[in-house]
Amino acid sequence: MKPPPFDYHAPVSVAEAVEVLAEAGAHGKVLAGGQSLIPMLNMRLAAPAHLVDINRVAGLGEISAGPDGVRVGALARHSQVERSPDACGTLPLLRQALKLVAHPVIRNRGTVVGSLVHADPSAELPAVLALLGGSVRLASRGGEREVAAADFFTGPLESATRPGELAVSAFFPAWPGGTAFVEVARRHGDFAMAGVAAAVRLDDDLRVAEARVACISVGPAPVVVDLTAACGNRPVASMDWRAVVSAVQERIEPEADIHATAEYRRHLTGVLVERAVRAAADA
Amino acid sequence: MTTKLFGEPVRRREDARLIAGQGRYLDDLGQHALAAAFVRSPHAHARITGINVDAALEVDGLVAIYTWEDLPPGVAEPLPLLIPHPALTHGRTAYPLARDIVRHVGEPIVMVVAVDRYVAEDVCDLIEVSYEFLKPVVGVEAAVSGAHLVHEDVPDNIGAHLVQEVAAKDGRSAAEAIAAAPHTLSFRLDIERSACMPLEGKGVYARWDADDQSLRVYSSTQTSTSVRMALAAKLGIPLPKVEVIAPDVGGGFGVKIVHPWPEEVLVPWAARLLNRELKWTEDRREHFISSAHERAQVQHVKVGFDDEGRVLGLSVEILHDHGAYTPYGIIVPIITSTQLLGPYKIGAYRVEFSSVYTNTVQVTPYRGAGRPQGVFCMERTMDKIAAFLGKDRTDVRAANFIQPDEFPYDQGMIFQDGRPLIYDSGDYPESLRKLKELIGWDEFPALQEVARAEGRRIGIGIGCYVEGTGVGPYEGGHVQITSDGRVHVSTGLTSQGQGHETVFAQIAATELGVPIERVSVVTGDTRRFGYAVGTFASRAAVMSGNAIALACRKVREKALRVAADALEADPRDLEITDGMVHVVGSPSAAIPLATVAVLSNPLRYAFDEEAKRATQFAGSADMNRPPVAEGEEPGLEGKDYYSPIRSTFASGMHAAIVETDPDTAEIRILRYAVVHDCGKMINPMLVEGQIHGGVAQGVGGALYEKMAYDDHGQLLNASFMDFLMPYATEIPRIETDHLETPSPLNPLGIKGAGEAGVIPVASVIAGAIENAEGFPIDRMPISPSELHELRVRPA
Repeated sequence: MKPPPFDYHAPVSVAEAVEVLAEAGAHGKVLAGGQSLIPMLNMRLAAPAHLVDINRVAGLGEISAGPDGVRVGALARHSQVERSPDACGTLPLLRQALKLVAHPVIRNRGTVVGSLVHADPSAELPAVLALLGGSVRLASRGGEREVAAADFFTGPLESATRPGELAVSAFFPAWPGGTAFVEVARRHGDFAMAGVAAAVRLDDDLRVAEARVACISVGPAPVVVDLTAACGNRPVASMDWRAVVSAVQERIEPEADIHATAEYRRHLTGVLVERAVRAAADA
Repeated sequence: MTTKLFGEPVRRREDARLIAGQGRYLDDLGQHALAAAFVRSPHAHARITGINVDAALEVDGLVAIYTWEDLPPGVAEPLPLLIPHPALTHGRTAYPLARDIVRHVGEPIVMVVAVDRYVAEDVCDLIEVSYEFLKPVVGVEAAVSGAHLVHEDVPDNIGAHLVQEVAAKDGRSAAEAIAAAPHTLSFRLDIERSACMPLEGKGVYARWDADDQSLRVYSSTQTSTSVRMALAAKLGIPLPKVEVIAPDVGGGFGVKIVHPWPEEVLVPWAARLLNRELKWTEDRREHFISSAHERAQVQHVKVGFDDEGRVLGLSVEILHDHGAYTPYGIIVPIITSTQLLGPYKIGAYRVEFSSVYTNTVQVTPYRGAGRPQGVFCMERTMDKIAAFLGKDRTDVRAANFIQPDEFPYDQGMIFQDGRPLIYDSGDYPESLRKLKELIGWDEFPALQEVARAEGRRIGIGIGCYVEGTGVGPYEGGHVQITSDGRVHVSTGLTSQGQGHETVFAQIAATELGVPIERVSVVTGDTRRFGYAVGTFASRAAVMSGNAIALACRKVREKALRVAADALEADPRDLEITDGMVHVVGSPSAAIPLATVAVLSNPLRYAFDEEAKRATQFAGSADMNRPPVAEGEEPGLEGKDYYSPIRSTFASGMHAAIVETDPDTAEIRILRYAVVHDCGKMINPMLVEGQIHGGVAQGVGGALYEKMAYDDHGQLLNASFMDFLMPYATEIPRIETDHLETPSPLNPLGIKGAGEAGVIPVASVIAGAIENAEGFPIDRMPISPSELHELRVRPA
C-alpha cells in the first residue's frame, strides 16, 4: 500500500496551477484535502503521473455568504464551512449535511469542492449542490466556466471536470424555506446506505408550496426529484405520503452491494423521504 | 506505601509510553533496513504456469527477486502443521512461496527485496505471473459436495472429521435420549467469517551478524520462543545463535500465535543470504487476504427436553470452514465442540464436525477461538426451548445449570489441551442472580409494554458461557534482585497490549514486599527467557503469573536466609516490607534487599561502593565456610515454572437490551450488562478493560463484521472502508459486576480473562433482536438490510 511514482507539483497561484494541469493533461490529478485521493494512490487504484498539490495556491480558501447563497473556495475545509456562521446562517443545509460527512478528523482536512469533484454517489455534498441547483466554477488555461450541478455530476466518481481544469469554487444558492438531511449508515460516519436531502417551502397557510429532495446511494449520481406536485399543496399533516414516496421510488435505481440489498435501499429511501420532508417543513 | 498490590486497580504502567508515541513497534525498528514486498495471487485457485521478471529487473533500487525455485531445502518445505491431531487425516499447509498451485487470493508467490517498500511494490507491479485457472471452492456446503477439490488428494475437501459422544447417566446415546424426550426441536444456525484485525499487522525484521554467525529477529508475534526454534530448525542455525524478540505489539487476538508465517521464514533467510538487514511490514490489504480468518460455521442442531426445559439429549453437526490450509490443526472446531456445553449439565451429547477446505484465507483461532460459535449454538437452543415451552429464558437456563456443590464437574470429553474437560470451580446460579439484578430482567416485560405502546420495539437477550483458560503445557518466570535493590522480572511469553508489565509487577511486588516502582518486567525476549509457549487462550496471567509468583517465592526464601544470617535471626521471624527485610515486630533490626543482594554475591573485584562491601577483604566472612555455601548459587535470583494439571474454567453471563427501528430496521444496543467470574482478580481495572474490548469485538461479530467472498473466491471487502469494525460510537456503555470463585488448580487462585468478553455477544444480541421482533434470528452477524429482509420475507 505505497503509491506508484509520480511527479509532485506545488503551484502557488491558480494561473500556475492550470498551467501545470494543462501540461499534465489526462495524467494530472489535483490534490486538495487528499481524503479520497491518498487512499486510492496507496492502494494503487489511481496512478497519476503528475500530482498537483493546490494547498499553497493563494485565494482558494474563501467562504463568502450573501443573500443569493454561499460560494466556497477549493481549499475551504469541511470543518471550516461547518463552523462558518455566515455560510450556515444563509444555508443551514450545509451544516446539516456536513455533520454527516465522515468524522471530524477527516472534515478537518477534506474539502467541500474536492468532495464535489470526486462525485461519489454516496457523498452528501453533491446531493446538496444538486438539490439547490448550484454550480461549480472550473478554471483552465483558456479561462473559467461555470457548470450547473445538473450537468456536473455525470456518473459514479465522474464529473464534468476536464483534463487541465481546476475546480476553484462552488456556489450553493440560498433556499427560501426549510431544509433537512437524513441518512442511514452502517456505522456513524460511514457512507450512507441511503440518504435524503430535502428542501421545502410552505406558503402562508402552511401548505407545501414547493418541495424537492435529492437522494444518495441510489443511482450513479444524486437523484433530484421535484415533489411539489406529489405534495398536492397540502399541509404536511395531511399529506399523501404514499404518493410522495412512490414519486421518489420510481425515479431511483438502487443497486445491491455487500451492505444492503437494492430492495432495502428502495424501502429505506422511502422512509427517509418522509422523514426529511417532515423535518424540512418543520425547520 | 503498600506493597500488597495483588487485587488492586493499579494503573497500567505501559500506557504513558504507548499513548505518548514512545512505543517501539516492529515498523519503528530497522529504519535503514531493506524492504520486502510480495507478489500475491489475485486468483483463488490456479496453477502457476510462468513467472516473468524481465521488466522488473530494470527498476532502480531492486536488490533481489525470489521464487520457490530459489529456496534451499528446509525453507522450501511446506510450513509446519503446528498441532497435529489423529482426526486431522488430511492436514495440509502452504509453501512459504507458492510452488505450483495457489489456493486463495493473497497467497505469496514472489518475494521482492528492494531499497525501500515503495520500490519493492513498483517491482511487484512489473512481475508477470501466468496462470491456468482451476475451479474455486467457496462455502462449506459447496466444499463437501466434492464437485471441485481444493487439494487434489483430499476427497470431498474434508480435512478432519471427529465425533465425540457422551452418554447419559442411564447409558442412553444422544440419539436415543432425543427420541425418548417429551419434546424435540431441530434447526440450523449460521455464523459468518470475521478476523482478528489487530491495529498493527504482522511484521518481521531480521539482522544477520556475519562476524558472530548469529541471527537476531524481531517479530510482531505471540510466541517469540517458538519462532526462534522454528527458525533455528528451518535455517540450520544452532539455537544459541538465534535470538527472537517481540517488541511492542499492537494487538494479536490470535492471528500472531500462528507461526512461522511465510514472511517469518523468508525475511531472516534472505537477510542472511544478502548479509543485509531486511524488514517486512504487513499492510492492511495483506492482512485481509493473507493472514487468517475465523468463525465461519454451519450447525445442524437436534435437541430433546422435558417440560421443565431440561436438556435430555443434544446432537450437533458442524461444518467448519478452515480455509485453504490447516497450520493450526483443528483447535477451533474442537473448542466449539467442547465449550458448547457451557455451564450446563445435559443428558447425552453427540457432536460431529467436518473441517473442510475452501479456496479462502486459512482459519486459525481469533479471540474466543471457536467458543462464540459453540455458545451461539447452545444459547440459541436454550432460547428456543424457552419459546417452545412458554417459559422464561433464564428459568430454562437455571434448570440446566451445574450446581456449586457439583465441582469439580467432569463433562466427559477431551478438551483442546488433550486433557479431560473437568470444570474446576464456579457458581452459575449466583452469576445469573447478579446479572438479572444488574440488567433488571424481571422488570423488563413492563418496560417492553410501555415501549410497544409508543410504537417502539425493544428486546432483551441473555447468554451464558464457560471458558477453559490457562492451557498448558507450561510457562516460566525469572526474578532477579540486583545490588541496587531493583527487581527484574522476565517471562518468555509475549505481550500485545494486555498490561503484563503491570500485572506481573503487581504479583512480584506483592510476593517480594517491594514497591512496584522498583519492579521491571520483560516479556517475549528470548535473550531473557528461552522457554515458553506463548500468549493465547487467556493463559498469560494464569501461566506466567503463577510461574512468576513461584519464582518470587524462591527468591524471597533465599533473601530471608541470607538476611537471617546477617541479622543473626531465625528466617521464620523475618518479613519483607517496602524492600526492607526486618524482624517481625522489630523494625529497627532491618536490612535492605539491596544489601541482601550484595551479600548473596561474594566478589573479588570492586567497581563501586556497593561492590566493595562484598569483596573478599571486606571483613565479616566466616573463614570456616566457602564464600558460596554448598547447594547455593551466587546472586539473589530465582526461576520457576508453572505447569497445570489441566485448564481452569472461567465463566460469565451477559445480557443486552436492544431497540430495532420499525421502519429502517436499524439495530441499537441500549444497555449491555456483564457478570464475569475469572477467579481472583489481579487487577480489576484491567479485567474490566479486557471485558470492554472483548464485548466491542463481540458487537462487531454480532452486527458488523463479515468477510464477503464472492463465488470466485474474491474477498469483496478487504479494507476498513467495507469491512466494518465498530467504532466507539457503536459500542454501548458496558455495565459490569464480578464474582470471584477462586481456582483450586493454581497458587494464585486465578483464571484467564482475555477472551471472555467476546464469547457470548452474538448469541445475546440475537436473543434480544428476536425478543424485539418476535421471529427467530439464526444467522449472525445481522445488518439492518438483513433484518428488513426477515421482516418482509420470514424464513
